[in-house]
Parts: sequence; C-alpha cells; structure tokens
Amino acid sequence: MTVESTAARSAARRSGTGGKRATQAATGSGKAAENGEASGSGTAARNGTAAADGTAKAAGKPRKAAPKSARKTAAGTAAGTAAKAAPKTPAKATAKSAAKSPAKSGTKTAGSKAAGSKAGAKTGAKAKAPAKARTGTGTASGVGGSGGGQSEPELVQLLTPEGERVTHPEYDVDLSAEEIQGLYRDMVLTRRFDAEATALQRQGELGLWASLLGQEAAQIGSGRALRADDYVFPTYREHGVAWCRDVDPTMLLGMFRGVNNGGWDPNSNNFHLYTIVIGSQVLHATGYAMGVAKDGADSAVIAYFGDGASSQGDVAEAFTFSAVYNAPVVFFCQNNQWAISEPTERQSRVPIYQRAQGFGFPGVRVDGNDVLACLAVTKAAVERARGGEGPMLIEAFTYRMGAHTTSDDPTRYRADEERVAWEAKDPIQRLRVHLENAGLADDAFFARIDEESEAMGQHVREAIRTMPDPDTMAIFENVYADGHALVDEERAQFATYLASFADSDSREEGR
Amino acid sequence: MAATGTAPVAAVQKLPVAKAINASLRTAMENDPKVLIMGEDVGKLGGVFRVTDGLQKDFGEDRVIDTPLAESGIVGTAIGLALRGYRPVVEIQFDGFVFPAYDQIVTQLAKMHARALGKIKLPVVIRIPYGGGIGAVEHHSESPETLFAHVAGLKCVSPSNAADAYWMMQQAIESDDPVIFFEPKRRYWDKGEVDPSAIPAPLHSAKIARQGSAATLAAYGPMVKVCLEAAAAAEEEGNSLEVVDLRSMSPIDFDTLQRSVEKTRRLVLVHEAPVFLGTGAEIAARITERCFYHLEAPVLRVGGFHAPYPPARLEDEYLPNLDRVLDAVDRALAY
Repeated sequence: MTVESTAARSAARRSGTGGKRATQAATGSGKAAENGEASGSGTAARNGTAAADGTAKAAGKPRKAAPKSARKTAAGTAAGTAAKAAPKTPAKATAKSAAKSPAKSGTKTAGSKAAGSKAGAKTGAKAKAPAKARTGTGTASGVGGSGGGQSEPELVQLLTPEGERVTHPEYDVDLSAEEIQGLYRDMVLTRRFDAEATALQRQGELGLWASLLGQEAAQIGSGRALRADDYVFPTYREHGVAWCRDVDPTMLLGMFRGVNNGGWDPNSNNFHLYTIVIGSQVLHATGYAMGVAKDGADSAVIAYFGDGASSQGDVAEAFTFSAVYNAPVVFFCQNNQWAISEPTERQSRVPIYQRAQGFGFPGVRVDGNDVLACLAVTKAAVERARGGEGPMLIEAFTYRMGAHTTSDDPTRYRADEERVAWEAKDPIQRLRVHLENAGLADDAFFARIDEESEAMGQHVREAIRTMPDPDTMAIFENVYADGHALVDEERAQFATYLASFADSDSREEGR
Repeated sequence: MAATGTAPVAAVQKLPVAKAINASLRTAMENDPKVLIMGEDVGKLGGVFRVTDGLQKDFGEDRVIDTPLAESGIVGTAIGLALRGYRPVVEIQFDGFVFPAYDQIVTQLAKMHARALGKIKLPVVIRIPYGGGIGAVEHHSESPETLFAHVAGLKCVSPSNAADAYWMMQQAIESDDPVIFFEPKRRYWDKGEVDPSAIPAPLHSAKIARQGSAATLAAYGPMVKVCLEAAAAAEEEGNSLEVVDLRSMSPIDFDTLQRSVEKTRRLVLVHEAPVFLGTGAEIAARITERCFYHLEAPVLRVGGFHAPYPPARLEDEYLPNLDRVLDAVDRALAY
C-alpha cells in the first residue's frame, strides 16, 4: 500500500464519503486495473502474457531453434549409444515396417468383417504366430547397426499414424466397435473442451490455461485403462484423464480462473487435485499406493508427470520408494518433448523409460499418440500392480502441439516443421481413419460427436461466465481442519475492517 | 492389532522425555490401527535417540516403517498415506536434515486441505529432534521452528517436559491438521512425572510454569528449563519472575501470555533460534499491541545470533543460558 493510497483511504473514512470504492479509485490499483481491463486482455495482463497471442503468431516467425531431431542425434552420438540413421519419426518407421508385414492385411480383414456385425466388430487382435515380424518394435530397436546415429528405442504401437491397425507381441487390446467409438468420442470432446478453455483465456475469462492439445491419446488411453477404485494423481494438464474419471470439466477451470486453488473433492472421483509444482504428486501417489497395499486392496494408483518432471528428485525418490515397498503404482510419463522451452535432451541422456531399470522395475515406451497402445500398455501395468508385482514406468511418447500454457510463446524456441511433422501423427485423426476404414463407424456417428462437441463448448462457456467469485472471507476458510487461533483473530479483524466501510457505502447508495 | 497389550504407562511414573514420547506413540498405535511410524532407522534401531525403541518389534514392519534415506520421499509418501486414511508419524532424524522435505511440507502438506476446500484432511505428524546443547557436529543442533510456524496450514508445538511430551504427542496424532512436533533433544534424558490418568491441557495452550510478579519469561521446549533456573536464581536476588511455557508456536496462546504480562508488565522471550525474525519477534510485536499501556519496558529477546550454528566448542556461548537470560531481565527491570 502506497503512502498516497493510505492517505486517500483515511481521507475517505474520515469524511465518510466515497467509502471503499473511492479508495480503490484513488489508489488506481483496484480490480479493474489488476485485471488489465485497460489493455483489453482480461486477467491475462496479470499473468504477464506479453505473448498472449503466442500460438497465433507461430507462422512466419524466423526459426531460431535447431530441429529437435538434429539435436537428439548429436546427444545420442555423444552418449555413445548404438547406431542407426535416426528416423525422424519413430512412429512412422514403425508404421512402415508394420505395413510390410502380413499381419496388416490380416488385421484389416478382421476389421472389415467387423463392419457387418456387432459380434464381429472386435478387431483381430492377439493374432499370435508372425507377431514379431509385424511389430514396429522389433525392427526399430536394438539392432540398429548401420550408420552413426542413435537408434530409436522401442515404441509400442497398435495403430499407425495412417490409421492401420497393427499388433504387438506383448501388448494388445480387444475392443468392440462401441468401445473404440467411445475412445474417439473421449478424445474429440476433450480436445473441444481444451480449445474452449484456451479461447476463454484469450477472452479474459481465465487467467491461464495449460492446453493438452496433442496428448489426447495418452490421456484417454491411460485414463480408460483404470477402474473406479483406482486413484489418479495428475499434473495440471490431465484434462483428458479428468474426463475419464467423470470429473465435471468446468471444475477444472476454477483454479485457472482464480476462484479457487483446486476446488474439487479428490475422493469423489478418485482424482487428486491438480499439482503445479513439478513432480511432487508422484510421491503422493506412491504413498497412497503403499496404503492400498497395507489395506490388502487390489486397486492401482497412477501418477502422471512429464519429461521435465523426470528430472525432479521427488520423482526419483518415488521410484525408489515404490520399488522398495513394491507399491501398486503406475508411473505414466507423458514425454511431450518440451518442458516449456527445454527439449527432452536437457532432462535426460537416456530414453526416460529406461530409467526404470535402474530402480528395479520395468519401463516401456508407448506411442503416446496411439490411444489403443496407451490403453493396452496401461492396462497391463495396472494389472501388474493389482497382482502385487509392483510399479511400472510408462513413457508415452507424444507431442505438446500447443504452447506450454497460454502465457508461453513456442515460436521462440522450436520450429514449425517439428509441429507439422507431429500433426501427421495426430491421435484423433488416426483413430478416425481406422474407424472409417474398418467400417466401425458411419457418418451419423461422426455427426453426432460433432453435435455433442458443440453442445459441450456452449456448456463450458456458459458455466465459466456464470462462475461466481468467491466470498472475500473465503480467504480464511479451510486453512486448518481443527481451527487456529490466529486465523480466527485475523478473520475477525478483517471483518471489522470491512464493516468499517459499510456506513459510507450505505450513505452513498442512499444518495 | 499387533500390539503387545501391555499398558504403556499403567500408573504415575517418572520417565525421561524420550521414553514418555515412546509410551505416547505406543498408546496412539494401540488406540488407532491407522497410526504409522515412518523414518530413517526408526525400526530395529529404535531411532538414533531410541524414541521409537521396541515399537517395530511389537507393531511390525508394516506399521513401523524404516524408510529409504530421502526426507522429501518420507514426507511425500506420508502425505499419500494420509490421503488413503492413515495417520503417519514421521521422524526427521535431525533438525538440519528437514530441508529436503521442506518443499513437500510447505508446498503440499500445508496447503492441501485448503486447496480441496476442506474435503480432505492431512493428519500427519512430523517429529523433529531440534536444538543444540549436546555437542553434536554441524546440522545436528538447529532450531528451524520459525520456518514452519510462518507457514499457514501447519501447526507447531514443542514440549518442555516428560508429561507434556506424553500428552502433546497423542494430541498431535489426534489432530486432523499437520503438526510439526519439535522435540527438545537436549531434554530427552530429563525425567519427569507422567500421570496417565491426568486430563491434559489443550494442545495449543500455554502454561504458567512458575508464578511471579516482577517480569515474565516466556519460552518453549529446551529453553523452559533455562528460564526456570533463571527464575530460581533471580528469587535469591529478590526478583520474582513468572515463567510461561508457551508449548505451541503455531498457534501461540497470546491470551495466557497477555494475562501474565498485564500482571508483571515486563516480558523477556527466550529461544535458541536466531532472534532475527524469530518467534520472539512476532510475540514482541503482538504483546506490544495487546499490552501497550501495561508495559513498563520494551519486550526483550534472548536467542541465537545471526550466524550459522557454531561448532560444538562454542555452543555454550551461543545458546541462551542463565546469565544471558538474567542480563535481559536486569535490562527490562532497569526501565
């Protein structure tokens, strides 16, 4: 509080005119200014979003960062890892090798047949014999051999970027047409919700938004692998997982709007509060899983975190604790390639999933843009946990298509080409192609989803615009469960202070 | 329940502080199967100060958990266990080792109840043997209580004697809020009477440890004994000093302290922690507000200096002792 403002306040109080509103006007630091009304950019101004139009500006900006793949190769060479001309897009490589295999046609046939009858709608999963030849995994990994680059590590994939259904010797899912349609619907609605929230931030309705654009498959696939009694510990970007847990999407907006710092009851959907400080929740998940084991329950716990968080000590400690106590926890790392502006090479010299080995549990890398593979791998990990086999690390290899948050400007640190390459691996598009090609969904289905998506957008807009600000005295609520003398004292003092304006306010109203 | 069934304290007994806490933990574990003990070396060894001695033997490895040596991990997993419905009692081996867990305590543990709008509770007790006076090496003698008392969402207490240690531990475990339980390690071996049938005072209330009229000495934990000794010495010189054992640093029982200061009109605060921005500074400000027209002298503080905790050979000079307390009393009485 400045000298001037104090003077203005006491003047207002002494004279009994003007009251609270006059004070705020005098200080020039009232809500309006704080919310950047003058600049017309809503709460964004407060969040220092110089680049409030970050993503929009992407096109036409000079490229500053070296292409990621180039950097990666360099790092790989330095580390002296096995050699192979690094394919820029591991998923594609997988797809190609899969396409060559006889399995492709087999799977396709099964899919086509499925179109006819509901019973047959199941995809031809779990075909065993020539499985190895069909997997992208085997070919893309290990052997490498030629050239001096780094070989891309194994990547579990069941649906290629082109929408071809392939199989994997270890991981697979057997889904009905309705179930696959459900995954598609989940991803579309999640993306719509996310886009709506981004737009609402631009309109000043939210102070900030962390978009999940591009990570829908990782979140829906893993989220749909869980049971109701399982427990989720998210970061602040798990909007798709929240959707799978039936958390009302508008609940997620409260903290980004600034009306609360979390706001939902974690136990009503077994979905813990969003955690902003990176990696902390991974320990909470581990502790919770230790409790599950003590209870003799067969629930599983899943901890979400990112490639950046993998550098945090808390994540390493969670790996240690979970391994030592054999806790039923699944570590689900969405490697979206970027921790704000830092590429994964700044976090690790080895592929993240390989870290698990040193802690004594398995790690696997899955195509994070392949919802079927994410579902299959997470299901396996969750079953493993239930069976008392302990933790497992899943690295979902995906891409953050948008900015880190609405305050970020990715044009400063990454190339458009990279995003374009990943757009070709879009998680929703590939499932749509699969649904269409396999005859698992008709035009009416897609129209229905579009309609539902529109309705959801409208619902979210209305909900946020009518979301009330909290009562001032909420500052003092829930600080403690059993109360605290100081909080009581300060609450009473502040209430008295606020009440001291009531006189002048009512006088003003009376004029 | 895996307990032995033997009553921890059957009748009035003289116990050292460490054993009183041990008995208290045992009672809490017998009363509530959700109470867990976690920490480094708390199992077979019984803790480096033997505070958890014998508990793993009687309650099993599932409830008395030797953890990896990772303080953030200990507190972070304790939070998860609390979310699952357990009541973990965590031991941080020494005061100076708590900082790897500081983030989990301040950023997560303290705020989670408010973030969930009160829907979840975090009944976690973090035991920290603290303070100097035992000739220890670096990082084993610190008094970091202000760094926790400053944080909304945490409660901080410190018993000064065996009876309080016995009752306050059980009350802390029963609390639905996170409690940082500062154990005065130099007093672990001080014996006191513990009466298991007594009715304990509320956890966050202060106690008048000695009645007096000329000035009030206020302290908590290890410094209460020093204040009582100072009061005894002052009596010989004809000065009657009142001693208030604050017991709780968050919240602080200002009402009890205010009544004492209104009677004696002078206040000297004593703690091992550095005085700069310490609990004494906060108390001085509040008591000045509350007792402005009663005070005959400014509120004075005796405590640690704005320097790292010194090597053990110097700690007797660094720690507030009888002479330094009485020197402050003399200055207060001179106004």
